[in-house]
Amino acid sequence: MRALTWHGRHDVRVDTVPDPEIVNPRDAIIKVTSTAICGSDLHLYDAYIPTLRAGDVLGHEFMGEVVEVGSKSTLKKGQRVVVPFTISCGQCFFCEKQQFSACDNSNPAETSDASEALMGHSMGAAFGYAHLTGGYAGGQAEYVRVPYSDVGPLVVPDGLEDDQVLFLSDILPTGYQGAFNADIEPGDTVAVWGCGPVGLFAIQSAFLLGAHRVIAIDHYPNRLKLAKEKGADILDYREVNVLDALKEMTGGIGPDAVIDCVGMESHGMAIDNVVDTVKAHTFLGTDRPHALRQMIIACRKGGKVSIPGVYGGFVDKFPIGALMEKGLQVKSGQTHMQRWMKPLLEHIQKGEIDTTWFISHHAPLEQAAEMYRHWHDEQNTYTKIVLKPEMAKSAQSTPSAARVIEPA
Amino acid sequence: MAQEIKDNDERDDAVVENNRREVERAASQGPDEISDREIEARAKRALDGDREQGIRRSAARDHDDRKYHDRGDRNGGGSNRALIGLGLGLATAGAAAFFFAKSREDDIGDGPLLSDAPDHVLRGKALQKARNTEPGTALVGRTVTVNKPKQELYAVWRDFTRFPEFMDNVRQITKIDEQRSEWLIEAPAGATVQVRTRIVEDEPGNTIAWVSEPDSQIETAGRVEFADAPPGRGTYVRLVMRYTPPAGTLGRMVAKVMQREPQVQARRDLNRFKSLMETGEIATNASPSGRKSESPTEARV
Repeated sequence: MRALTWHGRHDVRVDTVPDPEIVNPRDAIIKVTSTAICGSDLHLYDAYIPTLRAGDVLGHEFMGEVVEVGSKSTLKKGQRVVVPFTISCGQCFFCEKQQFSACDNSNPAETSDASEALMGHSMGAAFGYAHLTGGYAGGQAEYVRVPYSDVGPLVVPDGLEDDQVLFLSDILPTGYQGAFNADIEPGDTVAVWGCGPVGLFAIQSAFLLGAHRVIAIDHYPNRLKLAKEKGADILDYREVNVLDALKEMTGGIGPDAVIDCVGMESHGMAIDNVVDTVKAHTFLGTDRPHALRQMIIACRKGGKVSIPGVYGGFVDKFPIGALMEKGLQVKSGQTHMQRWMKPLLEHIQKGEIDTTWFISHHAPLEQAAEMYRHWHDEQNTYTKIVLKPEMAKSAQSTPSAARVIEPA
Repeated sequence: MAQEIKDNDERDDAVVENNRREVERAASQGPDEISDREIEARAKRALDGDREQGIRRSAARDHDDRKYHDRGDRNGGGSNRALIGLGLGLATAGAAAFFFAKSREDDIGDGPLLSDAPDHVLRGKALQKARNTEPGTALVGRTVTVNKPKQELYAVWRDFTRFPEFMDNVRQITKIDEQRSEWLIEAPAGATVQVRTRIVEDEPGNTIAWVSEPDSQIETAGRVEFADAPPGRGTYVRLVMRYTPPAGTLGRMVAKVMQREPQVQARRDLNRFKSLMETGEIATNASPSGRKSESPTEARV
């Protein structure tokens, strides 16, 4: 089959690799119909996540058709499913507590040592990410082996397009859990750093969960415009001092909740970020948490900090003083997918969450490498890329008819 | 505390002594650069009973002196730097002595062990005091929580022939009788060893312990314990093994590098046992990759 494989920093290729096979009784094989490139794929593209190996198949946002099932799978051939990016057994202590992304069994014994050494406990597994998270092949491919297929995949009801439900695989539940973890109360002003797809879903979710007002922060005009379309007030950090702006816009109190939809590769030329960038490039550091530092300073006293953005290592100059003295609450973590997929599907069916307006490009899987370059280099124009293995190889990737963005 | 104060005094004495020597040297070196009165004043400051002030002032003076020494370097200056180095060295030595004394204070006494922890997590002198320690043997152990009742887990473990399902380095187990089994174990670098074990303790639902028979190629002893976890959370399963590492400590290090070290094995074997018992299968990342050497049905490490 054809699949997008990683070969090194800024080097991904569409290669021919062996087809996946059923290995365990609960497995299923999915024929991919749509797969997206995620913001967190850029951390892999930039080689910020350790333990990725040359030849690994990437991709963790995908959906498709069931083409083969193991003896204990509850899926049936021909069913259309969307697959959560985390792999969860459904039967360990964590899965039973609905902390699915903390699953104790999905990360194989051989690969779970690394994260146990690094973080104290082994991480749950995910598709198409580093070997820290299990080293499973990903979904930017024609076929994928899906373990524990009786627990993960969600069968899609008829009448819904791929684009409407594809993001149930990661970014919609991730944005929603980001807002949920902010423990939003009536009257709350919520500030969201990063207007990528997760940020955009966090904005919608925050309103859905009762936020009075959402303020979104980014520096790409088109992404800010998308945020504004969903009702957020916007801040371009190149135009304003974010801390001053947030304080002034909240009567001196500061936002009640702050959500980090940026993660480990902050943009911007703030002095701490420049230092972090140099350290990351000289292997003296791992993460660049400029946005996180800023939002802890911005958050009101007794406020809530939610971190859906991905971090992988260690940081310094972390404002622990502000965190403690202001009495902030911090919630974080990979998304407990199976907890949110069904309720969010209902929101989609009722038309309460828009899942398609920010898709900027559709392209054939064959053009995946080129699309990674665009996704990395032209973030203002490329706001979400959906890859279609079945789309004619020669097809030109076209800005989606749904939206042609005017400059903000 | 008294020790600390004494050490600090010693360190301060060292600094003051340094300053005194320094001043004397300065006096002998550059009478034409520094006036006698200045030397006297500095000596008085440096030897002042108020040590802290003396140190602070002499630091300021070092700074002032730099302009003299920039010139003096050409004719054998720089001794000041050596003295500063010596001072720092003495200070470091003092600090080292202080922490050494402190760490000796931290040593455990001769009484019984206090910690409510299993032997295999003891360290340092406590490990030497552990019950059942035998010189030359290594003790490793690991505990996992399995979300199943202990009777069920015990029953699976009691059937030694199932070990190859979840123990990576156990190739085959042949049952000889109810108590004895013949193990074929993979060793580092493709070698295999044969071990015959006998069950020496068997408490249904709670404990199984086994030891190698005298004619085995390696000496080993294992023990698995099943204990109720907090209500609703299944069972704590603890595997403890004692063995004589081939080629001693060095052999153990080699085995560790080859990932055949019993501590690593115990951890992974227990994870697989947990996975098998909770989910009915053992998680594997077997899937396609762009690496030619790999099969999509084999796990990759």
